[in-house]
Amino acid sequence: MSLKNILENWSHYRRGHEDGGHHDYEHMWGMAIDLNKCTGCNACSVACYAENNLPTVGKDRMRKGQGLHWLRMERYWDEPEMGGDEKEYQERGGSFLPMMCQHCNAATCEPVCPVAATYHTPDGLNAQVYNRCIGSRYCSNNCPYRLRYFNFYSYYEESWPEPLNMQLNPDLSVRDKGVMEKCTFCIQRIRTGKDTAQREGREVKDGDVVTACAQTCPTEAIVFGDLLDKDAQVTKLWKAQEVELGKTKQEKSNGELRGYRVLEGLNTDPCVMYMDRVREA
Amino acid sequence: MQTKDINENIAWAKINEDVLRSMENPRKGYWIAVAACIAMVMCAVLAEIYQYQVGMGPSNLNWPHMWDLYIATFVFWIGMSHSGTLLSAILHIIQADWRKPIYRFAEAMTTFSLMTAGLFPIIHLGRVWNMYWVLPYVSDRGIWPNFRSPLIWDAFAITTYLTSSALFLFIGMIPDLAICRDNARGWRQKLYTVLSLGWQGDDRQWRNFRKIYLLMACFLIPLAVSVHSIVSADFAMSIMPGWHITSFPPYFVAGALYSGCAAIITLFIILRYFFRFDEYMTIPILEKTCKLTFAIAMVWSYLTLIEFASVWYGHDMVAKESLLSRFYGPYAPFFWLMLFCGIVAPFALAIEKFRRHLPTMFVVSLVLNLGMWLERWMIVTPTLATSYYPFAFDTMWPSMVQWAIVFGSFGWFGLLFLIFVKVFPSVSMYEVKEMVFHRRHYHSADLATKFHRRASDREEAGEPSTEGAKS
Repeated sequence: MSLKNILENWSHYRRGHEDGGHHDYEHMWGMAIDLNKCTGCNACSVACYAENNLPTVGKDRMRKGQGLHWLRMERYWDEPEMGGDEKEYQERGGSFLPMMCQHCNAATCEPVCPVAATYHTPDGLNAQVYNRCIGSRYCSNNCPYRLRYFNFYSYYEESWPEPLNMQLNPDLSVRDKGVMEKCTFCIQRIRTGKDTAQREGREVKDGDVVTACAQTCPTEAIVFGDLLDKDAQVTKLWKAQEVELGKTKQEKSNGELRGYRVLEGLNTDPCVMYMDRVREA
Repeated sequence: MQTKDINENIAWAKINEDVLRSMENPRKGYWIAVAACIAMVMCAVLAEIYQYQVGMGPSNLNWPHMWDLYIATFVFWIGMSHSGTLLSAILHIIQADWRKPIYRFAEAMTTFSLMTAGLFPIIHLGRVWNMYWVLPYVSDRGIWPNFRSPLIWDAFAITTYLTSSALFLFIGMIPDLAICRDNARGWRQKLYTVLSLGWQGDDRQWRNFRKIYLLMACFLIPLAVSVHSIVSADFAMSIMPGWHITSFPPYFVAGALYSGCAAIITLFIILRYFFRFDEYMTIPILEKTCKLTFAIAMVWSYLTLIEFASVWYGHDMVAKESLLSRFYGPYAPFFWLMLFCGIVAPFALAIEKFRRHLPTMFVVSLVLNLGMWLERWMIVTPTLATSYYPFAFDTMWPSMVQWAIVFGSFGWFGLLFLIFVKVFPSVSMYEVKEMVFHRRHYHSADLATKFHRRASDREEAGEPSTEGAKS
C-alpha cells in the first residue's frame, strides 16, 4: 500500500468487497465441510500441526489459553434443557465443529491492523505476513470467530528439541514470539500447486491444491477448492446447498438444505461453508 | 469562611517569592517521594525486561484476552491528560479566571500523563522493537502503515496532542521563566535564560504572547476532543459487542475530563499542602473545581446509563449478553465497584461541607479515579471474555507482570511531576498577578461576598452578579 499506489488506484482501492474488493480475484479458495461426516477424530488438527510447524505449547499453557491450534476441533454437547432429549450426554454423543480461519472476504481483522500485516490476496486469502506483524493483537480482538492465535512465547527450542527440528516443514517459517498467526489454507501448498501448473503450462485445476486437513480427513468431510472454478467439487457443493458469497442471509429454496456459514449475519462473508449435522430427533 | 478566590491585597513580590520558594531547597520528604517513584518505575522496568525477554506469555494474556490492563491503563492515562486542556484552554476562552492559580500544574499533568500513556501501546506490542512501523516514515520498500486502522489514528493523535500540549505548557510559562531567570543563579539561570527566549515583558512581546496563547487554546480544544474520540475508536470501530457502540466518543471524552478533574483535585491538595500554596490554591477555587467535576461526573453517569440503555433496547442478543455478563459475570464485583465509584461517590462533591474539607476531597478524588480506571478495565476485558463466539468465552486475571507495569506507570508519572515542580513554577505567577490586579480594581468586597452567596445565607436577593464586568 504505497502512497503512489493509493494515489493512482484510490477509487479502485476503495471498492467494497461486494465488487471484489481492491482485487480482481484470480482464485477464491474456499471450503465445504460436511459435519455429517465429521467424526471429531482430530486428525485434521494434527495434520495442521505437522504441516504448518505449529508448536505444541504444553498442557499448562494450553489450559491458560495460550495454545496455537489453527484448526481447532470444537466439541459441543446437546444439553437437555437446550432442546435435547433426556438421554445422558455420552449416550447422545457430541457434535463437532472443526474451525479454521474462515478467510472472510470482508475480514474484520484486516482494516484494524496498524501495519497492514494482514491483508487480502488476489487468491481470496486472508494472508498474514509474519515479518510485518508487530503484535498489536487488534486483529484477534476483532475476529468474531476468535481464530487468530498469538505467539506468547518463543517455542522453537522447547517444542522441537533436537532432533525433532528435522521434522519441520521447510516450505514455511517457524514463527517467533510476538507474532500473530492463523490458518493460511496451507498457502505453501497453494503456491506449489500454482507453480506446478504454471510449469506445465496450464490453469490450476481442481485437486491440484489440497490442504493438509482435507488430505488427512479420513471421512473426506473437508473439501477444499477454488470457488471461482465452476467445475470444482467445492463450488458444486456450495451451489447444491444454495450458499452464496456476499450475502448476510442465504435464501434457500428448500428448508432441508444444510449449508450455512458461521456468523454470516455479521457480513464478514466467510469462505468456509459448513453442512449442518442431521441428527435423530 | 473563606469566600474570595484570592486575596486581592497580596503583594506582587510575595507572589514571586512564594512560587520561587517552592522551586528551591527540596526537603527530605521530596527526596523520599522521588526515591519511591524511582522504585515504582524500577518494578515496571524489571517486569518489562522480563516480558521483553520471554514474550507476552508471563503477562497472562491469552486467547481471547489479547488486550488487558495495558490498553485499559493506556486509555486511563490518555483520559487524565484532558483536564489540563479543559482548565487552560476551555476555561481560558470562557474567561473563568479562577483557573489561573491552578492551570499550570494541570497542564503539566496533561503532558506527563500523555508521556505515560504513550508507553503503553509500546509495552503491549508483541514485537516492541518494531514499534516504529506504525509511523509513516519514508521506507525505501514503499511500505506504509495501514491508514484504516484506529491504532494508526492513535499514533497520529497522541503524537500531535503531546507536541501541542507540551508547546502550550511551554508558551504559557515564558513570562514566568523570565521571572525565574531574573531570580536564579548558576545552572538554573542558564536554563531559564535559554527557555525564556529573551522575554523582556515589553508591549510587543505581550501582544504576541496573548495572540499565540489564544490561538494555541483554540487549536487545543478540538484536538483534545478528537484525541479521545480516536482512542474510543479503538473500540467503537471494532465489531465486538460492548465495544461497537456509537456513543463511545462522547462517553470517552466525558470520562477523560472526569478522571482528569479528579486528578487535578488530588494534585491540588498535595501541592497546597506541601508547598503551602494556601493563598493561591484557595478553598473557593477547590470548590469551583469540585463543582466542575461534579457536573462532568453527572454527564459521564448519564452517558454510562445511555450506553446500557442503547444496548438493551438495541435488541442485539449478543450485545445484550455481553452487557449482562458485565453485570453478573466473573468481573461483576469490579463492575459494580466502578459504578459505585463513578456514579455514587461524586455526590460527595455536591455537599458543600465535604467540598471544603481537604482530607475528604483527597480521598474522594482518589476514589473517583479508581472508578475511572476500573471503567476502562471494564470496557476492555469483559467484552473479550464474552463475545460472539461461545467457544472462546474465557475469564482471565492479569498476572503480576501486568500489575507491576501499571503500578510503575504511576511512579513514572509521579517522577516526571516531581521533577517538574522543582524545575518549573507550578503556579503561574504572572496570571495570579493578573487575577489579583483584576480583583483589586474591578471587584468590590461587597460584590465578592454577594457572588459567593450560598442558598443557606439568609440575604435578600440583590442585583444580579456583575463579576468580571468593568464597574
